[in-house]
This record gives sequence, structure tokens and C-alpha cells, in this order.
Amino acid sequence: MPEKKVEEKKERKKNELLYFAFRNVKLLIGFVILVFFLLVAIFGPMFVQYEPLDYAGPGYRSPSAEFWLGTTTFGQDVYAQFVYGLRSSFLVGLLGGGVATLVGLLVGFFAGYKGGWPDEVLMMITNIMMVIPTVALLIIIAAYLPYRGVVIQGIIIGLTAWPWTARAVRAQTFSLKQREFVSLARISGSRPLSIIIEEIAPNMLSYVFMVFILQFGGSILAAVALDFIGLGPTRGVSLGLMMQNAVLWNAIQLRMWWWIIPPGLAITLIVSALYFMNTGLDEVFNPKLREM
Amino acid sequence: MLELENVTKVYRVGAFGKGSLRAVDRACFSIGPGEVCSLIGESGSGKSTLGKMILKLSPVSSGTIRFEEEDITTISSTKQLKEYYRKVQGVFQDPFSSFNPIFKADRVFHIIHREFFPKVADQDWEKRVHDSLRSVGINPGEVLHKFPHQLSGGQLQRLLIARALLLDVKVLVADEIISMLDASTRIDVLNLLALLKKKGLCVLFITHDLSLGYYISDKAVILYKGVVVETGTTDAVFLNPVHPYTRKLLKAVPRLDMKWEDVELEAPRGEIPELFIPGETPGACTLQQIHEGHFVAVPGGE
Amino acid sequence: MALKLDHLKVYYQTLHGQVKALDDISLQLKDGEILGVAGESGCGKSTLSNALILLKPPMRFISGEVYLDGEKVPIEEYQKMVAFRFKKISIIPQYAMNAMNPTVKIGRYIQDLLLVRGETPEKVFPELKRRLKLVELSESILDLFPIELSGGMKQRMVMVIATLLNPSLLIADEITSALDVSTQKAVSEMLVEFRNRGFVKSIIFVTHDVSVLYQIADRIFIMYAGKFAEIGPTQTVIHHSRHPYTGMLVQAMPEVGIRYEKQPLTGIPGQPPLLLHPPEGCRFKDRCPFAYGRCNQVPPQTQISEGHEVACWKEVEKDA
Repeated sequence: MPEKKVEEKKERKKNELLYFAFRNVKLLIGFVILVFFLLVAIFGPMFVQYEPLDYAGPGYRSPSAEFWLGTTTFGQDVYAQFVYGLRSSFLVGLLGGGVATLVGLLVGFFAGYKGGWPDEVLMMITNIMMVIPTVALLIIIAAYLPYRGVVIQGIIIGLTAWPWTARAVRAQTFSLKQREFVSLARISGSRPLSIIIEEIAPNMLSYVFMVFILQFGGSILAAVALDFIGLGPTRGVSLGLMMQNAVLWNAIQLRMWWWIIPPGLAITLIVSALYFMNTGLDEVFNPKLREM
Repeated sequence: MLELENVTKVYRVGAFGKGSLRAVDRACFSIGPGEVCSLIGESGSGKSTLGKMILKLSPVSSGTIRFEEEDITTISSTKQLKEYYRKVQGVFQDPFSSFNPIFKADRVFHIIHREFFPKVADQDWEKRVHDSLRSVGINPGEVLHKFPHQLSGGQLQRLLIARALLLDVKVLVADEIISMLDASTRIDVLNLLALLKKKGLCVLFITHDLSLGYYISDKAVILYKGVVVETGTTDAVFLNPVHPYTRKLLKAVPRLDMKWEDVELEAPRGEIPELFIPGETPGACTLQQIHEGHFVAVPGGE
Repeated sequence: MALKLDHLKVYYQTLHGQVKALDDISLQLKDGEILGVAGESGCGKSTLSNALILLKPPMRFISGEVYLDGEKVPIEEYQKMVAFRFKKISIIPQYAMNAMNPTVKIGRYIQDLLLVRGETPEKVFPELKRRLKLVELSESILDLFPIELSGGMKQRMVMVIATLLNPSLLIADEITSALDVSTQKAVSEMLVEFRNRGFVKSIIFVTHDVSVLYQIADRIFIMYAGKFAEIGPTQTVIHHSRHPYTGMLVQAMPEVGIRYEKQPLTGIPGQPPLLLHPPEGCRFKDRCPFAYGRCNQVPPQTQISEGHEVACWKEVEKDA
């Protein structure tokens, strides 16, 4: 009998994933940038001396040893606003992305697996929601709310972003449903729910993970858009609000670069990093895209 | 054991489902105990659809399928389905697609344990699995605890047959199970099926390859455009093909002892009625007996 | 001599090392010959067909030489091969039915293809129309999208396109594997017709189905685990083979007329070796009933008669 050297392939597979993950330039760059901002968001506030919205000192000051990112028109500490703003951006991304992914998963799985009428109805709802301009919808909802916090903002963003996930999950479920291991599970007496959870969902993990990352980035952007036009959180601070205020108070004309550039740059970098990671992850998970 | 009567499958196609496609049209045939029946047809003939309907993976549009005298087209409750699956099982074409790639290959046995034999203790179950594997010619140590991509196609197909044997299976639907295997392993799996037939198992052997069908089957059903054009004992159909489609198929099989141009089929023996040609003859068709154990499609029926 | 392969070695570069997919293959193809290349999965036949026309990573050219009509073919240099592809060497890929661009009309597709190759469509189109007629396709097909054709029509269209510039060598890579018996016969016969009419000079027909090769190939080349096993005239290889693998392979083929009850066939026990670390010497030795001590060394390619060569020690001993 031919000798076969067989190792625990699962170990190999996991290690193989990690190996490719670490070699993938896009993933690494994106990840490093993201982690950097995450660390700033977590640890930054520990170095804050003044509350973000309080009067901290003379206004219009450019960055100095005392005020690392200078002060706003009203003498508020830009650094404090920045790090707390980062926190709320991450929070909104997490909530928005989480809600969008969860609702999208539920709708997508159900429509994809059942097919027939449930699929038709759900897809009609999904398509209608996709066609409605998200920003307009968000504006209307946000304008109606008496009080806007970061949490509410995240949730409503998530509730308008799920159609995209739902479509993608449904398409994947459809194609996985045709695979013969699903047929085999059916003739083994498995119930539809356990088939979805045990057979279909695990095969989509990498895909769902990537979709979540995209939704995370998308939610941050949506939040910034809302903030910028004045529908941001009624209290507290966020990067979008910072930018809004800066523009409102002529920071650009007054050459107060330290007020407008850091938040804008941070958002650009974070969202770009997320998209980079996504492309990189695609290569890691999909062996055909890998370069040797 | 298994009897199909006027089984039809109609798909809705086109925008708003206006059009319809008859994948299977009033198919009738039956399999007796310990019989291997080859369901032969080219792609688009409806043979896989028939297999799926028998395995209740796709609902029947009309007609009845009887298993052990009972009409199974109407059963729907989980309990009834499980009883059915205890006795009727299937193996599919692509061995690598039949296993969920993220789990180990022997998970298919766990599912059977969980769904059908929850009261059996783990050790007893393990022994059963080992016995079943050995009965299909696999050394248990070679395949247990491995992932599907670590095993060969032939091993995987045999694993799936072993899985079916764990149940009290009476009918095995084998849907093109050989076509993705290498030439050297095909014969082993075929011989295994022939061995199981001796033990009383019924096999519905779905294939497009006539040589494979001839090798192990007792009965043959020739399917063309969803219609059963000829059926009967294997020797009757292969050695005295009557329907022009069957004759065309037999002429086109590449042989190792004769070139295509030299293949000559004898003229059909016996009295041949006017035949039904799917796609050409209008109206419905029905099967007419022309010899003992040999039927061919003729116009008629409703 | 149409095609000559001299000790060709092409490996695959993978994470875990080099997979020795094509290991020291030497053969010669005469003008006008149809050579069937047969073997099981993993034998290297697909590597061979791809290496001859599109050698790109993860495939790696290791050593060896390829000559076409006396001219050296630089298969390892992607850019230099551009002059050969489609004009001198052409390929009909396996899933040919999906090979055409679905968003472009067929006529336009061919036009673009010719322009890219530096040909003038106006000069080639009259010949194209003549050939379409030959394979019983109407000229109007050039105004259709691929999706409007049936599977058989697409197959014929791809065959016409692949041979449009009268290549010297045509590689047909498993073109009949996904087809039904009757289409298989039509396509195989069309291939022979193309050769007879001079649309192509020589053909390499890669398949796992030896019985189709029996029907149309002049010579058959059997590969095993990346190595040369046997090559010879069709009748010889099928009915008077000298390599144990060939013999066992032919034995394991069911045919109409052979029934299990009367004549049970046997397969070949075991599996082909993994090519990451192939065994020393003859790669078939672990499954070969005739294996003996000498098989631990690589058997040389021995000529039995004109055009018939085998790589097996027991043949060497015979003549010694």
C-alpha cells in the first residue's frame, strides 16, 4: 500500500490561512491602520485633560505642547474632541454594521433557503428598501427623533443598510442549497433550520465576515454624512460633528487646519483601511486569488 | 418494491413563470426486490429529476410513486419522511460536493446516528460504522477522522454507500455516482453495487453511460426528453433495441473492439408498432409490450 | 516531424513544495497524426496540454525542449509564445461551451480575436464562412450571442474558431468529457474531418476515455503520475500493450456485452501516488503485480517497434 504522509489537515488549513493572512500586504496595511486608530480611541481619552465640549483655553490656537491638536473657535480642546469622536465613530460602525449584518443574515437565509413565496415577498421588501435613498430616509428618521444619541444613530443606520447584506446572503444561500451535501442532509432527516445553521452558515463565515467589515465602514460614512448636515447626536461629540462645526465656523478660511483635517483624515484612513482589509481577506479566503 | 406511475415534473420558466418546461413526462417503470435498474438518458433527459423526485428532494407535479405499495408522493411530515429515508437513500454524482468541506468526512455518520438511532450508545455505533465500512471494502482506519479533501473520490463514494447501509435501506438511488471517478476505481464501486444486489438491495442506477448500465443492471429504462421511450430487461433492450433513440445511443457508444463506422445493429426483431418520438409525434404516449419483458413508447393514452 | 518533446519537465509551485506533475516526457508527433493522451486524474495530461500553450504560475518550467516543425518553441517565455498561440498552436479548452464572451456577438468576438493577433478580419472571414457551412452552422450565427446557441452548436463554433488560422498543432483538452454519447461521436468525428481537410496539421487529444481514443486516434500515449508509460499505434496499445498499467486500464473498462455475472472486471487496487514526494523509480511499482527490485530505478523509455515505446523494466530485460 502506498505510504501517505497525512497530517491533521485542519491544523494545516488554519495555519495556511494565517500564513496567507500575514503575507497579504493589503490586509496587513489595513489592519495596522485600523489597530492604530482603535488604540487611539481606547487609550487616547486617558490623556485628555479637558472635556471635549468645555472651555479649555484661548481659542484659535494651533497645536502646541499643551493642546496637542490646538483649540477650536470656542477654545475647546481639539484633541479631546478627536479621541472621543473616534470612540463614537467606532461605536456607530459596530452598531450599524452589526444590525445591518444581523438583519441581512436573517432575511437572506430565510429567503434563500425557502424560496417560493417567502422569497418573493422578502425580496420585494428588500428591493424597495434598496431603492429608497438611504440618506433621505436617514434624514427623515433622524429629523423626527426628539433625541439623537450615537446608539440610536447606529441602529437606524443599520436598519437602512441591511438590504445589501440580505441580497448577498440570499444569493450565497441559493447556491449552497444546490450543493449535494445539503441534499444529503435532507435525506438524512435533518430539519431546514438545522441545515441552515449547520451546513450552510459555516460555509459562509468568511463571506459574512467580509460583508460585516464593509457594513462597518459604510456605517461610519453614513454617520459622518448625517453629522455633517446637522443630524448628528444631540449631545456628545463625533468626528462628523467636528467637521460640521469646523466648516460652520469657517475653519478652512481661517486656516485652522488642525480642526478640520484630523477628523476628515481619520475617517478617510479608517474606511480605506477597512476596504483594504476586505480586499486582502478576499485573497486570503479564496485560494484562487492568491499569488505564489 | 418501487413503482412509478405517470410521474410528471413541470417547471415554470420565463418571466412571471408564464412558460412551462416538462422535465419528466408520464414516466412509468418499476423495480423489484434485488433488482438493479439502469435509468439511462443524456443530459436534459430528466433522469436526475426523476432521482430527486424519488428521494423526495423535489415535489412531483403529477403522478404517483409507490414504495412498498404505499403512495409516497403525499407524505410530508418529518416523522413520515424519516421512515421513508430509513428505507430509501441516495448517493450523488460529485463525491467532493457531497461532503461539507469544513467538517470531517465521518460527520455523515454522526448525522445518521443523531437522526435515526439516538438511543444507540456511542461504542455500539462505532462498531456498526466499522462493520459497514468493511462491508464496502474500506479499512476504517484509512478514512475515519479525515477531511473529505484528504480522501479520493472512490473512497468518498464508498463511504456514502456505507452510510446508506447503516440504515435499513431497501432502495438506493445512485445518481451518476461513477462519472467523476477514475477508470481504475469505477469498476470497484460497480462491483460493490453488484455485490449488494446479491444481498437483496434494489438499486436505481442513473447514468448516461450505456456500458456501465449493461454491466450491472437487470432492467433498463431509456429516457429521452423526459419520456420513457423503451424499457425492459437489459438484454432485451440492449441486444434488440427497437426505438430509434435507443438505436442511436447504442451506435454512438465508443467501443474497444470496433470502430464507429463498423458498428451495425441488427434490425429490430418482432412486430414493431408505430413508435412515439418525443418532440416529433404529437399528443401523449403510453408503453406497449412488444416482447416478454420489453416495452416501447407508442402514441396513445391521454 | 510536427511536434517533438525532449525530456520536458514542468512542475507546480505550491506552498508545500514542488509537485512533479510532468516529469521527463519525451515523445514525437508526426505530421497529420492524431495522438491521444490518456491517463487518470493526476497523471499530468492537463499539465501537458496547458504547458504547451499557456505556461503560467503556479506552473513552472524546469527543463526540456519543445520543437514544432523544427522550430524551437519557447514555452517558458510567456511573451515569446504570443507568436505561436492561435496561429501555430491552438487549444480547444475543456468547457469550450463557456469559452466565448457572453456579452459580445460571436462575429464581433472573432473579429476582435483576429485583430489582436495581427490578422485582417476581412481576409479571414470568407474562409470562416466556408468552415461554418462545413460544420452545418449557418452564417447568421455570427450575429448571435453565445447564449442563443445550443450546447452542441457552441461546441462546433469553438472548434471552428480554434482552428481558424490553420494551426500546425491543435490541442483538444477533454473536449468530449462533458458530452453525451451522440454529441461525443459527432465532435470526435468533426475533429478527424478537420485534420483530413488540412485545417489543422496534427492533433493532441487529451482525455481519460480510452474508448473514444480507440475510435479516432492514430497513436495513443499513456501517462501515469506525471511519467511516460507507453506510446504506440492505437491497435497495439489497446490490444497488445506492454506496460502493466495500460493492460490493467484497458481491462477495467466495461463495455456493452460484458456483464458482471458472466465476466466480472477488476480495477487497479490502490491509488496513484501524490506528486509532492513521488516514490523513487517507477511510479507504478506499488500497484504493479510485476514489480520487482529493479523497479526502484526509473525505467528507461525503450523502443519495441516503429512508433511503439514503453517505460518498463521487464521490457528492457526481455530485449537484453
